[in-house]
Amino acid sequence: MTPAPTPPVPAPPRLDVDRLIDDPSIGIVVCCGSGGVGKTTTAAALALRAAEAGRKVVVLTIDPARRLAQSLGLTQLDNTPRPVHAIDTSKGGSLDAMMLDMKRTFDEVVIAHSEPEKAEQILANPFYQAVSSSFAGTQEYMAMEKLGQLKASAENWDLIVVDTPPSRSALDFLDAPNRLGSFLDGRFIRLLTAPAKASGRAGLKVFGMGVQLVSSTMTKILGGQMLSDVQTFVNALDTMFGGFRERADETYRLLSEDGTAFLVVAAPERDALREASFFVDRLEADGMPLAGLVVNRITRVAASGLTPARAQAVAESLEDGAGPRSATNAAGVLRLHASLVRTAERQRELADGFSLGHPGIPVVHVPALGRDVHDLEGLREVGDALSGS
Amino acid sequence: MGGVTSTQEEGVPAAPPWGAARLHIVTGKGGTGKTTVASALAIGLAAHHHRVLLTEVEGRQGISQTFDVPPLGTEETPVTRVAGGGEIVGLSVEPKAALLEYLQLFYKLGRAGRLLEKFGAIDFATTIAPGVRDVLLIGKIYEANRRRQDGRHKGDSPPAYDSIVLDAPPTGRIGRFLSVNSEVADLARMGPIHSQAESITRLLQSGQTVVHIVTLLEEMPVQETLESIEELGAKGFHPGAIVVNMVREPLFDDAALDQAREGRLHKPSISAQLAEAGVKVTPALVEGLLDEARDHALRVDLEREQLALLESTGLPIVTLPALPGGVDAVAVRELAEVLVAEGMVR
Ligand SMILES: Nc1ncnc2c1ncn2[C@@H]1O[C@H](COP(=O)(O)OP(=O)(O)OP(=O)(O)O)[C@@H](O)[C@H]1O
Ligand SMILES: Nc1ncnc2c1ncn2[C@@H]1O[C@H](COP(=O)(O)OP(=O)(O)O)[C@@H](O)[C@H]1O
Ligand SMILES: [Mg+2]
Ligand SMILES: [Mg+2]
Repeated sequence: MTPAPTPPVPAPPRLDVDRLIDDPSIGIVVCCGSGGVGKTTTAAALALRAAEAGRKVVVLTIDPARRLAQSLGLTQLDNTPRPVHAIDTSKGGSLDAMMLDMKRTFDEVVIAHSEPEKAEQILANPFYQAVSSSFAGTQEYMAMEKLGQLKASAENWDLIVVDTPPSRSALDFLDAPNRLGSFLDGRFIRLLTAPAKASGRAGLKVFGMGVQLVSSTMTKILGGQMLSDVQTFVNALDTMFGGFRERADETYRLLSEDGTAFLVVAAPERDALREASFFVDRLEADGMPLAGLVVNRITRVAASGLTPARAQAVAESLEDGAGPRSATNAAGVLRLHASLVRTAERQRELADGFSLGHPGIPVVHVPALGRDVHDLEGLREVGDALSGS
Repeated sequence: MGGVTSTQEEGVPAAPPWGAARLHIVTGKGGTGKTTVASALAIGLAAHHHRVLLTEVEGRQGISQTFDVPPLGTEETPVTRVAGGGEIVGLSVEPKAALLEYLQLFYKLGRAGRLLEKFGAIDFATTIAPGVRDVLLIGKIYEANRRRQDGRHKGDSPPAYDSIVLDAPPTGRIGRFLSVNSEVADLARMGPIHSQAESITRLLQSGQTVVHIVTLLEEMPVQETLESIEELGAKGFHPGAIVVNMVREPLFDDAALDQAREGRLHKPSISAQLAEAGVKVTPALVEGLLDEARDHALRVDLEREQLALLESTGLPIVTLPALPGGVDAVAVRELAEVLVAEGMVR
């Protein structure tokens, strides 16, 4: 039996990044994807390209590789956009870059939303200190917060490019802000803050005893100090949380507007493309505007017209005879070619798999550069690839 | 490159510096092969030490995927056997289950345990309270490490497991994960969580525990490896081997690499060789092939730079080949053999 021919994959539309950055109605571009796929690189490359095309751009990076940060002039984490020099401003554009400082952003929110005395109390609370620097989701929440702030001071910029935190799942960026909210709305927190209310509502004596048993058990396990720290923290935060949540909701709304475009970045690997696929479905379900998929770090093949099987066979025959040195080198070149083509083919199949499940979503492939991308030149090269030039 | 001990006699590697370790923690940047290496290491250890517990703590079901077995629950479940009678038991440590088990063990909470759950206190403690989650996760491993074959935690019965391997959180979080003590001891200033955090730290900083770091010969993973070695050392943990994963066979010798890098590979003779072998040679094809060879040579340069950085740490380096077909339940045994041959296990 001959194997069934694989159904032809209709080529997906090409993602036109230049059209995106030339479109003055687009004010925010968000780069999402799972960890390590090239979100930060893509965000920086896109921002640079847009700036050199004449837009006034600010890029919010999160955890950039150190050398990339340096090349953008981000030597200190001061949570404020700084101009990037050495870019081409002949078209009238500009580029500011910043690196998110999650704790500082959180502190600023606390200070902006509470009475000075209360703010001080919160900032000094050990529980707050732990939550503001390590609670899963804080980084996502603070990225949203910072985006909201940048947008609010938008007279300086006409395009904001946002990187997203290096979480395992791309969905975290959309889900995390709510997680902080449900933490504060959670039953246990309400119990800690207002035990009388909780038991009163149920109106049952048994329930009241339950509450007591729970808090005495928690005290026994965690120690009384921790519970009282949590209590202080939650009480303090509770009073400012109204404003807090409103802002998160507002930023979330901003993300669904037409002026926003999501770019989903994936490596040409199964897991990363699966994540991209979840994320794209989610954007669709939430009515968020998707610009397309960037498949980053595709293996580069420079020679055409020689199949891997043929290259492999010829390499073997060259190695068989005890030929001259050039035969060994020719064989090496052929083996290399065979492995590059095979890798690139596998990557393309994986990317095609995505398009099969998501027809119509624009896609662009970015080749893997020989080195990590840590200077403006490398970013320009990625930018060129993003726009297909 | 490679090998754990420099003085290997007659192909029998000497005991690695972490010969006394019972608890092997495997970290590395995301996607470098932590799960794969932890699995291979467990196989290697099982061949020598019989009963090995292989654990993961992030609910990713990496162990079940690697060994192609049904998803692991919160119970210790046999995963596979190795020749010579060794056995690997798998466990996906889950903080809620660990907390309930812990409460049961220490407080004999009947009704209160259920109430805690009902009031969201378990959720609170395991997802929100910073550090508590990590204490619980390692706490479970700590418990398994102390457990005896008779199920008790003291007495003369031999240990339940001869070795424990942990597929740990990535380099970005490992320092924090392992130093739960300081953080939790600060938040819970007394009580059993506090004292448990302290005993855990004692175990983790003792010679019983070693931290291996998996990396690729790429800039970011190597950078994180170096940072992590420094951080772990400063925090009092013992780094073990650097496992360089997915290393490819060299395709050229050094002389050819030099030529390739400078685009000096001899075109006419390569064209002639190809033509003789029946390939339709065009100038574009030859140019393309030489371009590919140049990129490759630059790549090799970069890999060598990265390897030199790793070597400068003075830690033993173990290399694992890139398996062309990827890693499945069979291939992981191949990698285990390499680990044994390189002296990582004895
Ligand atoms: N030596 C190898 N040869 C070929 N493929 C490998 C090798 N080691 C790992 N892989 C493959 O690389 C991928 C990543 O490996 P693995 O899941 O072990 O990494 P990880 O560090 O545990 O990732 P994560 O950070 O997502 O937990 C897997 O698909 C695995 O099969
Ligand atoms: N097209 C590319 N070619 C070569 N290296 C790349 C490319 N894209 C990303 N990289 C490198 O991959 C690493 C991870 O990229 P990064 O943008 O930090 O990922 P993320 O932000 O998604 O975690 C960085 O070292 C970066 O320089
Ligand atoms: Mg990043
Ligand atoms: Mg893993």
